[in-house]
Amino acid sequence: MADLSTDCAGIKSPNPFWLASAPPTNSGEQIMRAFDYGWGGAVWKTLGFDPPVINATSRYGAITIGGLKMAGFNNIELITDRPLEDNLREVAQVKKRYPKNAVIVSLMVPCEKKAWHEIVERSVDAGADGLELNFGCPHGMSERGMGAAVGQVPDYVKMVTEYVKEKSTVPVLVKLTPNITDVRYSARAARAGGADGVSLINTINSIMGVDLETMRPKFSVGGLAAHGGYCGPAVKPIALHMLSSIATDPETRGLPMSGIGGISNWADAAEFMLLGASSVQLCTAVMHYGYRIIEELTSGLSDWMDGKGFKKVSDFVGMTAPSIVGWKKLNLHHKTVSRIHPEKCIGCQLCYIACNDTAHQCIAVDRKNGSRVPYVIEEDCVGCNLCSLVCPVEGCITMEEVKTGKQPLTWEQYTAAGMAGYGEVYKRMHS
Amino acid sequence: MDSSTRRVYAENFKELKSALSPEDALVEANRCLWCYDAPCAKACPTHIDIPRFIKQIASGNLAGSAKTILEANALGHSCARACPVEVLCEGACVYHEWQERPIEIARLQRRATDALHQNGSRPFEPGPDNGRKAAVVGAGPAGLSCAAYLRRLGFAVTLFDREKTPGGLNTHGIAEYKMTQRVSLDEVKRLLGLGIESRLGKEIGRDIPAEKLLADFDAVFLGCGLGATRKLGIPGEGLRGVWDALSFIRFVKERNLKPLGKSRVTVVLGGGNTAVDTVTQSKRTGAERVILAYRRGREDMGAYDFEVELAKSDGAEFLWNAAPTKILGKTKVEGIEFCRTQIRQGRVVAIPGSKFKLACDRVVKAVGQEKNRSLAESLGLKTDSDGRLKADPETLGTSNPKVFAGGDAVNGGAEVVNAAADGKRAAWAIWRYLNPGLPPPPGNDYWVSTIEGRLVAPIPERGGRGHHG
Ligand SMILES: Cc1cc2nc3c(=O)[nH]c(=O)nc-3n(C[C@H](O)[C@H](O)[C@H](O)COP(=O)(O)OP(=O)(O)OC[C@H]3O[C@@H](n4cnc5c(N)ncnc54)[C@H](O)[C@@H]3O)c2cc1C
Ligand SMILES: Cc1cc2nc3c(=O)[nH]c(=O)nc-3n(C[C@H](O)[C@H](O)[C@H](O)COP(=O)(O)O)c2cc1C
Ligand code: SF4
Repeated sequence: MADLSTDCAGIKSPNPFWLASAPPTNSGEQIMRAFDYGWGGAVWKTLGFDPPVINATSRYGAITIGGLKMAGFNNIELITDRPLEDNLREVAQVKKRYPKNAVIVSLMVPCEKKAWHEIVERSVDAGADGLELNFGCPHGMSERGMGAAVGQVPDYVKMVTEYVKEKSTVPVLVKLTPNITDVRYSARAARAGGADGVSLINTINSIMGVDLETMRPKFSVGGLAAHGGYCGPAVKPIALHMLSSIATDPETRGLPMSGIGGISNWADAAEFMLLGASSVQLCTAVMHYGYRIIEELTSGLSDWMDGKGFKKVSDFVGMTAPSIVGWKKLNLHHKTVSRIHPEKCIGCQLCYIACNDTAHQCIAVDRKNGSRVPYVIEEDCVGCNLCSLVCPVEGCITMEEVKTGKQPLTWEQYTAAGMAGYGEVYKRMHS
Repeated sequence: MDSSTRRVYAENFKELKSALSPEDALVEANRCLWCYDAPCAKACPTHIDIPRFIKQIASGNLAGSAKTILEANALGHSCARACPVEVLCEGACVYHEWQERPIEIARLQRRATDALHQNGSRPFEPGPDNGRKAAVVGAGPAGLSCAAYLRRLGFAVTLFDREKTPGGLNTHGIAEYKMTQRVSLDEVKRLLGLGIESRLGKEIGRDIPAEKLLADFDAVFLGCGLGATRKLGIPGEGLRGVWDALSFIRFVKERNLKPLGKSRVTVVLGGGNTAVDTVTQSKRTGAERVILAYRRGREDMGAYDFEVELAKSDGAEFLWNAAPTKILGKTKVEGIEFCRTQIRQGRVVAIPGSKFKLACDRVVKAVGQEKNRSLAESLGLKTDSDGRLKADPETLGTSNPKVFAGGDAVNGGAEVVNAAADGKRAAWAIWRYLNPGLPPPPGNDYWVSTIEGRLVAPIPERGGRGHHG
C-alpha cells in the first residue's frame, strides 16, 4: 500500500487530505471527530480578535445542476464567531490528543504589525503546526480592510506575510483569493514576504440567483442579499488553472501549495496534486456528506497510486505541471478527428445536431437507409471534441490522432519564421 | 357502494402505475438525453415533442410542459395512463439500445398534466369566432380531440353523443386500474370548457336524423367508434350469465358489481386486448377461476404481451385453439362446449370429433366489436369491405366532402392516442376545406405543425458546409 503521508511547506500530515478552514473546523470537538475518521489535517476556522463577529441568517446558498445538488455552493459567513480564548484552548487539546495530525490555524486580523504579532504568538504557543493567512475571504471581512481586501493588493500581501514571518516559528501558508485578474502577482508577493507556501483558492464573488416568484434575491437575509463566496464542484477548473499558473510561473515555481476548490473525491484531489499541490483541502464536499467521505478519499488515492506504481505522494506531486503551457507553444500541426463507433451508438443524434448547428457541419446521417447512426465527414472535421463531449455513451465517439506528415509548428515558431502566408494585415498590426 | 365492493376497488383496482413524486420526476426528467429528431416523438401518433416537455419538467416549468403535451394531444392527460407506451414512445427510447430502462415518458407526462388539472388552469383559449359551424358526432377521444382543435380555430362546435356520460370508451372501456373514470371525465370537462356545446343522450340517426347535420352545419366530423360486441352465433347465447365484454367492463368501471353476480368459473372468449382486460378484471372482481379461451394459438393473439403477463400474474388460465360451439344451461349458464382447432393457411379449422365441455357459471364474449354501419348508410358514405368508413389518410375526408371521420370508426379499433391524432388531423383539414389557402388564426401554428411531426429547419443532407454544391 502506498504511503500517503505528506509534507506541505514543512507541515507534515499522515495523508494529504485537510479540512479547509470553514464550518467543518469550527471547534475542537468537530476536528477530533474528523481525525478519528482519518482526516490528515485541519485548517481551523479563521480566528480573529474578540469580540467575535456577528453572523447574518441565512448564510448559505447552492445551485442544483441537472439534479446534482450543491454543484455550486456559496456563503456569506464571516470568520469564527467564537471567542479567541476558547478556540486556542481547543487547539492545544486537539494537538495533545492528535500529535500526528496537522492542525493549521487560519488567521485574520487588521493590517497592523502589533495585531499580527500577537495572534501569531498565541497560535504558535497553543501548538499550531502551521499558520494560514486568510487573505481570501471575499465578503464581510473585506469591508473591514481584511481578507480579500489584503489579498487583492500584492504589497499588502507581502507586508503582512513579513509581519507574520517575523514572529512565527512554524510554517506559514498564504491563502489566496481568486477575485483578482492574475493570481501570480499575489503568489509572488507571498513568496517575497517569506511565505513557506500558498493555499488556493478561496471562494469566488457570487450572487446565487433571483427567486422568480417574489423577484427577490435567492438565499436572502430578510429579502436583501450581499455577494458571497462561491465554491464546490463548479469552481474546480478555475482553481486548477490558478494553481497551475503558480506552478509554472518562473518566479514561484516550486513554492509549496495546498490545493483547494471543488474537490469532491480522490480523483479530484489527485488532479490538484499532479498540478503541484502537496496537500488538498475540502469544504463543500464535507458539508454535503460529512467527515465519513475521508474513507473513500484515502482508499481511492491509495489504490490509484498502487496502480500507477507511486510509492509516496512526492512521486507524483507536480508531475503534470510542465504540460501546462501557453497557447503559443501548442503544435498547430497536430490533428485529431472524430470517430463514431457505430456498434456503441444509441442513435440519440446529439453529436449530429451539435456539430451541424454549432461546430463544423461534418456529421451526417444517412436517412435513406433509415439508420439513426451518424457518421463523420472526416475531411471537414477540425477535431474540436464537441461531439465526443456531448455523446452520452462512454467510448462511442473517440478523438483519434491523424498523422499529417508535417513537422510540428508552434505559433511561436511560426511568428519567429516570419509568418509565411499569414495575412498582411496581421503583420502590419504587429510590426 | 357497499363495503366489500369498496374493498375490492381499494385493493384490486389500485393504479398499476402510480404518480411520480416531484423529486422522482426531476431525477427521471434529468435522465432524458434530449435526442435530436427524437424517436419517441416520432413513435407517438400525436407527435408530442417529448424531449421538450421533459426538459420543461426538469427546469421547473410544469405549466409549460403540460402545454407542450396538450398542444399536440388534446387527450394527453388520459393518454399518460391509457397509452400502451411499451409499443409507442417508451418502446422507441434510445436507452433500449443501451440495454437500459427507457425514460418513463408516460409518468412524466402525467406529472405535468396532473399539475395542470390540479390547479385547474386553462392552457388554451378558443379562437376568435370564424363564422362557421361544425358538428361532431361522438364524444369519444376522436370527437373530443376534433372538437377541441375546431374551437381553437374559432368554429362554433356542437358535439353529439348518444350516451349521457361523455368520453366514449375512454370513460367506459379503459381498465380502471390503468385509468379511473374520473380522469377521463376531468379531461372532458377541461375540453368542453373551450366552449363546445355538448348534446349528450342524443343519437344521430335516431333522435336526430343524420341528414339534418349536413343541412345545419358547414362540416361534420364522425368519431362514432365501433358498434356492439359481435355475436357468436351459437346456441345458448341468450342464457343468463352470458355477457358481452363492453357491458361487463362498463359495470366494473362504474363500480357497480351487483348486476354481474358472483362467479366461481368465468370463461372469456377472445384473444385481443379487450379479452385480456376482461380476464384481469374478472379475476380482480372476485371470480375464483378465470379461463381465457381463444380459437387460435398464443402466437396469433392480438393482445400486448404486457397485458397477457398481467393476466397471468393474476392467476388467469389460458385455453388455446378452442372454439366455442354451444353455451350450456337451462336458464343460466352451466357450462360451455368447445371443439379443438387447427390453423391451416391462416384459417381456423375445427378438428372433427374433438368436442369437449367445461363447467362454468359465466361466459364473457370479447370477440371484437361490430362496425357502426348505420351512419355511413344514412349519409351515403363509402366504407371498405370490413365496414370501416373510408377516409383520405391525409385529410380524413370521407366520400362526402363535407364529412370527415376518424378514430375507431376509420381504423377499425386502435388506441385512444390514434383517435386523438385523427381528431387533430381532421380539424385542420376542416379548416382548409372551408378556408382554402388561408393560414390558421394566430395561436394555432404549433399544434398544426405537430400533425406530421415537427422537424424545424432540417439540416441539409450530408451535413452543411462544403456539401451544398
Ligand atoms: C375494453 C377496451 C379497452 C381498451 N383499452 C385501451 C387502453 O388501455 N388504451 C388505449 O389507448 N386504448 C384502449 N382501448 C381503445 C380505445 O378505447 C379506443 O381506440 C378509443 O376510445 C377510440 O376512440 P373513438 O373516439 O374513435 O371511439 P369511442 O371511444 O368508441 O367513442 C365513440 C363515441 O361515439 C358515440 N356514438 C356512436 N354512434 C353515435 C351516434 N350515432 N350518435 C351519437 N353518438 C354516437 C358513442 O356513444 C361513443 O361515445 C380500449 C378499447 C376497449 C374496447
Ligand atoms: C460556509 C463557508 C465558510 C467559509 N469560511 C472560511 C473561512 O473562515 N476562512 C477561509 O479561509 N475560508 C473559508 N471558506 C472557504 C473554504 O475554506 C474553501 O476555500 C472553499 O470553500 C473552497 O473549497 P470547496 O470547493 O472544497 O468548498 C469558507 C467556505 C464556506 C463554504
Ligand atoms: S470534432 Fe468537432 S468538428 Fe469534428 S465532428 Fe466532432 S463536433 Fe464536428
